[in-house]
Amino acid sequence: MATATDPDALSTEAERPGRLREFWYYFRENRGAVFGLWIFLAFLFVAIFAPLIAPHDPTAQYRQAFLQPPVWQEGGSWQFPLGTDMVGRDMLSRLLHGARFSFFVGIVVVVIAAGGGITVGLLAGFSPRWLDSIIMRLMDVILAFPSLLLALVLVAILGPSLLNAMIAIAIVLQPHYVRLTRASVMSELPKDYVTSARVAGASLPRLMFVTVLPNCLAPIIVQAALSFSTAILDAAALGFLGMGAQPPTPEWGTMLSEAREFILRAWWVVTFPGLAILVTVLAINLMGDGLRDALDPKLKRS
Amino acid sequence: MLKFLLSRLLTFVPTFFGVTLISFAFIRVLPGDPILVMAGERGMTEERYQALQEQFGFDRPLIEQYIEYLGGVLQGNLGESFVTKRPVWDEFFSLFPATLELSICAMVFALVLGLPAGVIAAVNRGKLFDRALMSTALVGYSMPIFWWALLLIIVFSGNLGWTPVSGRISLQYFFDDVTGFMLIDSALSGQKGAFGSAVQHLILPAIVLGTIPLAVIARQTRSAMLEVLGEDYIRTARAKGLPPQRVVGLHALRNAMIPVVTVIGLSVGTLLAGAILTETIFSWPGIGKWMVDSIFRRDYPVVQGGLLLIAVMVMIVNLTVDVLYGFINPKIRKA
Repeated sequence: MATATDPDALSTEAERPGRLREFWYYFRENRGAVFGLWIFLAFLFVAIFAPLIAPHDPTAQYRQAFLQPPVWQEGGSWQFPLGTDMVGRDMLSRLLHGARFSFFVGIVVVVIAAGGGITVGLLAGFSPRWLDSIIMRLMDVILAFPSLLLALVLVAILGPSLLNAMIAIAIVLQPHYVRLTRASVMSELPKDYVTSARVAGASLPRLMFVTVLPNCLAPIIVQAALSFSTAILDAAALGFLGMGAQPPTPEWGTMLSEAREFILRAWWVVTFPGLAILVTVLAINLMGDGLRDALDPKLKRS
Repeated sequence: MLKFLLSRLLTFVPTFFGVTLISFAFIRVLPGDPILVMAGERGMTEERYQALQEQFGFDRPLIEQYIEYLGGVLQGNLGESFVTKRPVWDEFFSLFPATLELSICAMVFALVLGLPAGVIAAVNRGKLFDRALMSTALVGYSMPIFWWALLLIIVFSGNLGWTPVSGRISLQYFFDDVTGFMLIDSALSGQKGAFGSAVQHLILPAIVLGTIPLAVIARQTRSAMLEVLGEDYIRTARAKGLPPQRVVGLHALRNAMIPVVTVIGLSVGTLLAGAILTETIFSWPGIGKWMVDSIFRRDYPVVQGGLLLIAVMVMIVNLTVDVLYGFINPKIRKA
């Protein structure tokens, strides 16, 4: 580290630890969160390097090996360590490639939902009362529908595909960001630093994005982590219902839906994709808990 | 209090109109001509097309269509299913008891396990039981329930052969609908084994649907209990020499229940979303499966009507919870 070689930097560092270091200090306290972080990093690694790690092409069909069991069971072989599915595709390769889709879904959904939600939330917090009411009622309307049902109907309108599933999930998750941002903005607005920025002549966009927004970020970051896992779950659920990624895409939910008929004959085609979803979602939720402990001073040490 | 009630009702009204607007927009924003989509691959004659166009009023201005739609909605007229030709309203309410029965059983499952688990975890805070329980709860909370359902089917239906895979009751039993709840109807029918069969069919779907609420309730109960256990009146109760069970069970739990009840009330939306997956997997003839089937069959009046009825139901439940919460907690009323 560069700071360690510089004695001046070291002394100031000792007086007041950097924000990142303080964050890491609290985050590290939560062992589950650190565990989650490691799994998440592994997931990230797999998502990025899947084509290099995977032993086979995820869509290649090996006709000599339909529903071959995993290596440790009778009839398994090291050629297909986790077995093959009903058309002879390697389960392990499909699972590894599936990580890419899930990661992609999580990122895209969170960026769209958070980006849109934060902007609308800021707008609602700063706008006159009538506009604020209109925006919030609109969000109430979206929240009145069970999220999965609304996403399902939106996909039915847009046409079933992974991209449309992501758009639908982002729309459904976005009101949470709006509410959260607006509530934080409302609690920040009466504070002195906002007034002084206003008196100093800060423009409205500057006031919104530079002055107030950074102070509202903590709960939003936690929400982003939680909606990352919700997005993965919902996309898998849509894929399972046939309204997300379409076969032969190796998306985990879609894999489960394809494998449904074989559950009593070949447990591995059903067990592994679901396990992959569960482990990923669990890791992200563990991390989210740690983030909340580390970022939210009100809940700290409680 | 009246002012509080009115203000809540006032926010209900615009949301209701928003919901009707969305469900109205549903058919009209579909890409392509909805009537041609309904016709499918077979196509239809020009006269039939015109007749349908007129029947749905697609040839008139949008605002006129919306006003007529809204008028229909307020009179309980949601159109007819393309497939069964029955009114959407009737279909909804004939299938609703199945979903309600499943949801109630799921909730009972979640409460019976979740409440005591949360209380015990809070009392033994930081000990092994607490940690194990909270880890399990987090796993439950992260569970893809459609996969959970398949696992339970593999174990209990496949390997052990204890439970059937689909439906509400074995086909050998016939009796009239009295309440629409299979558990009650089968018991009333007096047929030997009918009630048992109904329970066997119900148990796996109820566990699947109740899993996420169970995790949420256990976590929520624990944190609410922890908060209450730190209060002065608990210390007073303990100092008076009351037995610990009485302090925890009576004084603490009663006050910890307020946030828990809110969570239960607000989980209606979660239950309905879960019902979509659960009912589809177990072929449970309720609202969730009905909606999914209708989406696949392109039975648009059903999707439109079902969407509206479900949203209105969620809104009414949320409003009720909100108002009840106001009754219990005067601080909310003032805000």
